[in-house]
Amino acid sequence: MSSLTLERGINAFKAQIDAPMASFFSSCVSCGMCAEACLFYTENPEPRFAPIYKLEPLRRVWEQEYTLIGKLKAKLGLSKPVTDAELAEWQELVYNNCSLCGRCTLICPVGNDLTYMIRKMREGMVASGHAPEGLIGASTRAVQIGSPMGVKLPALQAQVRHVEKSTGMEVPFDKVGAEYLLMLSSMEIMNYPEYLEAVAKILTNAGKTWTLSSECFEATNSGIQIGSSDIARELVSRVVNAAEKLKVKTVISPECGHAYTALRWEGPNLIGRPYTFAAKHIVEVLDELREQGLLQTEGMEEAKLTFHDPCQLVRRGGVVQQPRNLLNMVAKNFVEMSDCGTLNWCCGAGGGVSANEDAEEVKMKAFLRKKKQLDELGVDTLVTACANCRIQLEEGLEVNQMDIPVVGLTEMIAEHLVERKGGAA
Amino acid sequence: MNDVDFLLWVKGPAFSAAMVIFIAGMVLRFFEILSLGKKVNYAVPKSDPVQGGLREILRRFGTDKATFQRSLLTVIGGYVFHIGLFVVVFLLAAHIALLKSIIGFGWPNLPTPVVDAFAVITMLTLIAVLAHRLQHPVKRFLSTPSDYVVWASTFVPVLTGYMAYHHLLLAPSLMLGLHILSVEFLLVIFPFTKLTHAFTLFLARWYNGVSMGIRGVKS
Repeated sequence: MSSLTLERGINAFKAQIDAPMASFFSSCVSCGMCAEACLFYTENPEPRFAPIYKLEPLRRVWEQEYTLIGKLKAKLGLSKPVTDAELAEWQELVYNNCSLCGRCTLICPVGNDLTYMIRKMREGMVASGHAPEGLIGASTRAVQIGSPMGVKLPALQAQVRHVEKSTGMEVPFDKVGAEYLLMLSSMEIMNYPEYLEAVAKILTNAGKTWTLSSECFEATNSGIQIGSSDIARELVSRVVNAAEKLKVKTVISPECGHAYTALRWEGPNLIGRPYTFAAKHIVEVLDELREQGLLQTEGMEEAKLTFHDPCQLVRRGGVVQQPRNLLNMVAKNFVEMSDCGTLNWCCGAGGGVSANEDAEEVKMKAFLRKKKQLDELGVDTLVTACANCRIQLEEGLEVNQMDIPVVGLTEMIAEHLVERKGGAA
Repeated sequence: MNDVDFLLWVKGPAFSAAMVIFIAGMVLRFFEILSLGKKVNYAVPKSDPVQGGLREILRRFGTDKATFQRSLLTVIGGYVFHIGLFVVVFLLAAHIALLKSIIGFGWPNLPTPVVDAFAVITMLTLIAVLAHRLQHPVKRFLSTPSDYVVWASTFVPVLTGYMAYHHLLLAPSLMLGLHILSVEFLLVIFPFTKLTHAFTLFLARWYNGVSMGIRGVKS
């Protein structure tokens, strides 16, 4: 990445501009409703945090390059070209103050998919050398080591041994022809090893064949977050190669929001063809097992609990009902937050914000939106299905001295699992 | 040029020229947008993309309750002046007669006093919407000179139409001429300002809705 220049950035912008984007820019009426939809604005109300303004350099490139009036204005010296200094200034807006949560996209009255555009704008930010250090580091580790946190196979193998010891079950590696290939996030391997144990129990008990891959276990994709299709393609190709080599039917994306977006929605387009397997989020798989009668639970949680919808699951992934079906199996006192489901507010740290040290302060401000939602409810427990949300929620709750434990949905289900006869357990 | 010559000119050559620029401009804009193309999506859709596209085209005429409360003035102001403009432009007998002479068919009109009331409401709302834009930190920050030109070019035709009908200030024929001229100005700048949203929002909602359909997102 030695020659990151403004010229390359502008060329990357131009390469990203397509008909949807042109229709979006043509339709904006500067109503400002995207700002009210964005927690980075509502919790830190500076007008420049309005989502549409975060796209201003990209909009100008579109206008100057792809509209007659823009070309005329440029000829007459009525418009100024985008400068390197501007892109440097915009780094804060495009990365620190956007989690690609998609709320503005849902609210915009003219129908603009702003999130789609910010994701694309990041391609030009990377190419011009204006991506945050934290994300560059995570992407480099992901490409070179195989994990944005630098987690290597032996660390996973150590976790696997723990799980095998505590459950008495086999955690298979590289089993050809298994139904499921289980992918993980480094966050789960290092911070939430209980996830792997929970899935191992549930899948084995359901009588399903499943496997890990020793060649590729990381599902998160820093390329998507930083906005580099080249890196994203390399990372997703590793998953695809592992899945096709092991001839699995389904790849399970972990409790991680953007990993799902990377694998389910961007992946096939990055590699330029459909997959030979299905890609599902763990919550979708669990709900299917429930429907098939392969997931039975006993006992109910007494605590008053609520569910934090990860943005990439609800707004960008259409997974809304499944976690609720599952929670209702094990929770007596499940209450919904205001704006729950498709319009739920982001935790404040998705889309690369958590890996970006420059955003440390901002993400805690953004958390205050979640705090308001939680204060309205007064719950004892917060459940979610994304390790990245979870770590942000835990940090935010700690900083705000709120004593609410955060639990992963899969673990909660596993705790209530009824062992089936006929299951392998 | 006297009042009559002026009226004949705005009704004749000026009107034709404005219509040509408006139509050719919008065709150009749609060409500019659509010719950029869109990549094939290889992700297996969760639900019907076409249904998603159509659903979003309709759904975004409304708003969810929380957003309604959060952006109250924007939403109410937006509804009132858009509905008002629709009534004034398309349901006034004189306008329908004009459109009929161009496109060959007409539709029932509202009584002129009713449309007149809508014109007053529309003007008052447009003034409120402008005040809101000037006072709201985000709206003011996002607004460019073009936004204010667009506002004025929308307001003046309603005002001059109202004044011509009520014989205010100037001779009705002169005011009518100014009214038509102001509409011509609107038509001429239409394809080159954010007035285009009146047409392109259907495309924007479609593309966004198709993406939502693919992802199985309903709201």
